[in-house]
Amino acid sequence: MATKPKDDTDMVAGLALMAVAAFFGWQTAGLEIGTSLRMGPGYFPMVLSGLLFLLGLFVFAKSFGRDGEPTTPLAWRGMIFIISAPVFFGLTVRGLGFVPALFVTTLIASQASAKMRPHYALILAVTVTILSTLIFSYGLGLPFRRFGPWFPL
Amino acid sequence: MDLLSNLALGFSVAGSLTNMGFCLIGVMLGTLIGVLPGIGATATIAMLLPITFQLEPVSSLIMLAGIYYGAQYGGSTTAILINMPGESSSAVTAIDGYQMARKGKAGTALAVAALGSFFAGTVSTFLVALFAPPLTAVALKFGAAEYFSLMVLGLVMSVALAHGSVIKALAMVILGLLLGIVGTDIYTGVPRFTMGITQYADGLNFVAVAIGVFGIAEILRNLEDEHEREVMTKKVTNLLPTRAEFRQMVGPVLRGTGIGSVLGILPGGGAILASFASYTMEKKLSKTPEEFGRGALAGVAGPESANNAGAQTSFIPLLTLGIPANPVMALMIGAMIIQGIVPGPSVVTDQPALFWGIVASMWIGNLMLVVLNLPLIGLWVKLLTVPYYILFPIIMAMSSIGVYSVNSNAFDLYAVAFFGLLGYAMVKLRFEPAPLLLGFVLGPLLEENLRRAMILSRGDPTTFVTRPISAGLLVVSVAVLVLVFLPQIRKRREEVFTESDA
Repeated sequence: MATKPKDDTDMVAGLALMAVAAFFGWQTAGLEIGTSLRMGPGYFPMVLSGLLFLLGLFVFAKSFGRDGEPTTPLAWRGMIFIISAPVFFGLTVRGLGFVPALFVTTLIASQASAKMRPHYALILAVTVTILSTLIFSYGLGLPFRRFGPWFPL
Repeated sequence: MDLLSNLALGFSVAGSLTNMGFCLIGVMLGTLIGVLPGIGATATIAMLLPITFQLEPVSSLIMLAGIYYGAQYGGSTTAILINMPGESSSAVTAIDGYQMARKGKAGTALAVAALGSFFAGTVSTFLVALFAPPLTAVALKFGAAEYFSLMVLGLVMSVALAHGSVIKALAMVILGLLLGIVGTDIYTGVPRFTMGITQYADGLNFVAVAIGVFGIAEILRNLEDEHEREVMTKKVTNLLPTRAEFRQMVGPVLRGTGIGSVLGILPGGGAILASFASYTMEKKLSKTPEEFGRGALAGVAGPESANNAGAQTSFIPLLTLGIPANPVMALMIGAMIIQGIVPGPSVVTDQPALFWGIVASMWIGNLMLVVLNLPLIGLWVKLLTVPYYILFPIIMAMSSIGVYSVNSNAFDLYAVAFFGLLGYAMVKLRFEPAPLLLGFVLGPLLEENLRRAMILSRGDPTTFVTRPISAGLLVVSVAVLVLVFLPQIRKRREEVFTESDA
């Protein structure tokens, strides 16, 4: 049991801000800072990183001495499938081509919900693929290869 | 009459069959999106942006604008029927609108919202036509220092209007500015923060950032707990308000339109603030304040008019200064740039057909919303019964296609994934996404104008306070920041006092 109250959300938020600021500050290190008159590429980012770090410190410091609001559980299943959907599309849209890449992408995304039944997912993916191909590829004439070189045809 | 001939030009552009068609598609799509909770206007416009690249500039902007105010409109339908705001600006409508629906007056609530919105839309469109041209005359006098100060004001406003902690909103603005810097430095050609990935040399794709931070984060949040939505009213009857109800709504609608028009112009997301401000005002002015929260007509009429008016007038800073008032306007800027139009004061003079066409289309779009949507309410109610797990795979598919079609760059899709995770982390840590997106859009502009202003003034930073317009804008920014912090200081002091008493 914690003896002193602290707002966990804000504590993590403050630490995260400081980490991000440190990352940007480190990346800025290689850039020329310049002077106020002739600002180099590093001037503006350096100032911003400094400010961000201070704000992070402030959020962190303020998180002590008061209780935070209750947190909700993370959507792990959602994160895994939703995030991999666009990545898969990006990796395969050239190789597999638009039609198969989109079909699998929709299937992956549909797995994010525990409520989705397999046959519904299949019907949905087929429908989305057919309609999107008609609208985007044939209708709007976007320059996608419908079937790519990896596709065994 | 200059105004009349300009409006005539606008209506001749917007009234063409093609543009009317795109306006109709826009408002219908917008309403559809607005009705469905869990997909915001920002994410939708980001997704549909690439589709409009194939169109004429006027048609594409008319359609995007239609999506925007259509979504505002659809959001209120959801708010009234299932007590869940389809859009953040209709959160207030949910309070009394849902109570009206529970009393069996869903039809009246919907009609009041629709008519109020239409009236507000008409007035504020006229205001845009009236005030935008003189403002561009002022804007033409703007130098680098003024632009810098104006953007500072915009960012400060977005902080002030964000929910929750002011410090955290400020941090988001700065993070947005830093993310906006990713890419090649315009003065020296040095790559910055690209991690050696050449595909990011042109900067991060705006559409990817917007979809990630708004769209994906929202989907993930909805997936945390999947519960069935309950539709209050299966059948909506008695659409037309009675004569007494008409009389009741006149005052709130007029006041709401006024508040909304003024607040909408302010950079930083005025439409949401407008609806809250209107609700508070109606409650204060009402002879029966105890009715608020139990289905007060004024609690629907006022905020609905206010948010629609605000949505329209937020086009003023966009069309005159090229500065976005909210994330949706930031997307419109993106659309204009991709179409080869430089947003800013020159749009009115160089492209009058475009400018007045958009203005006129707003009114036509609002008319379409009233005429089409009241009869179509049954359809929207049905839509609400579509389960969420069917919707989000479709959203993901559309987002992927949309982002990829901007530049055919697979790295943009990886950026979507990254910013989706970032956005979700932000939700978890209670950071607001809107200031980040504004910072992201304004980042490069802000830096460019800062550096240019400093070169012009030979390194003298007082240039920002010795030029009157710039100084004025900075004074307002500081005043806003002070005001925002004041109540917090007071609250903290009170806490300290209670503790010392005990």
